[in-house]
Amino acid sequence: MALQSLDIVRRSATTTPEPGVRQPAVGPVAKLIDTTKCIGCKACQVACMEWNDLRDEIGTNVGVYDNPPDLTEASWTVMRFAEYENPKGDLEWLIRKDGCMHCADPGCLKACPSPGAIVQYSNGIVDFHEENCIGCGYCIAGCPFDIPRISKRDKKAYKCTLCSDRVAVGLEPACIQACPTGALVFGTKEDMKLHAAERVADLKSRGFEQAGLYDPPGVGGTHVMYVLHHADQPQLYAGLAPDPHISTLVGLWKGASKPIALAAMALTALAGFFHFVRVGNNETDERDETAARQGLDAARRGAPQGRNPEQRP
Amino acid sequence: MSDTEARPTVERYGAGERTNHWLVALGFVLAALSGLALFHPALFWLSSLFGSGTWTSILHPFIGLFMLVVFLPLAASVWDDNRMRPADWQWLRQFKDVVNNREERLPEVGRYNGGQKLLFLVIVVCLAGLLLSGLVMWRAYFSLYFPIGLIRLASLLHAVCAFVLICAILVHVYAAIWVKGSLHAMLRGTVTPGWAWKHHRAWFRQITHAAHPRTGPD
Repeated sequence: MALQSLDIVRRSATTTPEPGVRQPAVGPVAKLIDTTKCIGCKACQVACMEWNDLRDEIGTNVGVYDNPPDLTEASWTVMRFAEYENPKGDLEWLIRKDGCMHCADPGCLKACPSPGAIVQYSNGIVDFHEENCIGCGYCIAGCPFDIPRISKRDKKAYKCTLCSDRVAVGLEPACIQACPTGALVFGTKEDMKLHAAERVADLKSRGFEQAGLYDPPGVGGTHVMYVLHHADQPQLYAGLAPDPHISTLVGLWKGASKPIALAAMALTALAGFFHFVRVGNNETDERDETAARQGLDAARRGAPQGRNPEQRP
Repeated sequence: MSDTEARPTVERYGAGERTNHWLVALGFVLAALSGLALFHPALFWLSSLFGSGTWTSILHPFIGLFMLVVFLPLAASVWDDNRMRPADWQWLRQFKDVVNNREERLPEVGRYNGGQKLLFLVIVVCLAGLLLSGLVMWRAYFSLYFPIGLIRLASLLHAVCAFVLICAILVHVYAAIWVKGSLHAMLRGTVTPGWAWKHHRAWFRQITHAAHPRTGPD
């Protein structure tokens, strides 16, 4: 849900131009999550609950710090804690704030069959408009990051909005405001990349030679990016996809095959119509009836039925 | 039309078979319309026929199940008559004679011709594919039990099977209009002896032989 509607670049299940008269003066935005600064305090989770007025069900402790253990329709961001024993034998506690990555090429939007249920704004935010959601779950199949969750109560899909309502009026997302260590920062994507480059240089100077920015090109880049100590092994961070892209299967299902299949079905129907126009009915006439009668008579008499002498060539 | 009234008729489909066929047809039309609504944005308006997009996504899997359940007795009743034989492949190879109404050049046809048997095969295969992939895709009840890769594969398979089935049924519907007397056979159950003689001669012989058991088949 969002306040603006003049700056849409993509809209699900829509084949005509989007209302896009307004362009963001500063360019697309991005959230930068610096995993190297994160202390796992979950203030961002609380801020998300508070701003979006969401209260998840109280669950049970599953033996790790992840709480809740997974994203849900009411928990749009979750800290994921991973224990990694590095080659030196030291334990590294890798904490990643999980949630929607706001892909430049969003798989959810590509898969969605309901017009306007998913939109992408010119500032890069990918937003669900739940009043248009039909609950089919195609967005889940389309998402390369396993983010959308369908509510068990209302059967609509929910995920992080990147606080599109706050960003629309010049505020930063709620989670950014709550972060006590500066692990979360928000600004234009350009600025965030510059900031990330400084962080990466700093990390490299302190021995993290593989430090880097996670802005995966397979989905056209994302509007939520990570600074990782081990950018060469994103999977260490609770299974962050090393090379995310829209699945080839989803591409086939929702790509060129759609218009081709539609055209082929229309052509099949048209082929029937023109066959009728050019060739016409296959009819039986009196000669067939006569032949059949002779066949019946022959059967009554017990004679074998030969070929119909009146058979047309 | 007096001679038509006097003309004997041959029963081709009993009341049970006809009812069964049209229940499957009803299920197919509803499943196809609701499925197409979710397949391409240009057809999303079809979801209005079912109340809304949300109702369409709720109802579509149940409609599909309905079609499948009513198809089972129909399939069982026509299964034996739809086994492909060498003459059926020959019939299919003479595709050009078929579409140009040159039936006299074709091999004799039993209760079903090669095209009808091929259609039956396509329906059975596609419905099986639609059922399996549809269950995997059924978000409300089953998707949570399957890995995401399988759900994606099922989504593609579901679309492919539905596409093939819809094309096949379009041909089936046209064939019923094209071969005069077929639609009447499925609506009222009977055909004229001439119709049976012309289009399904081996079947005609079989039923005349059955009616007059003293005779032997040639």
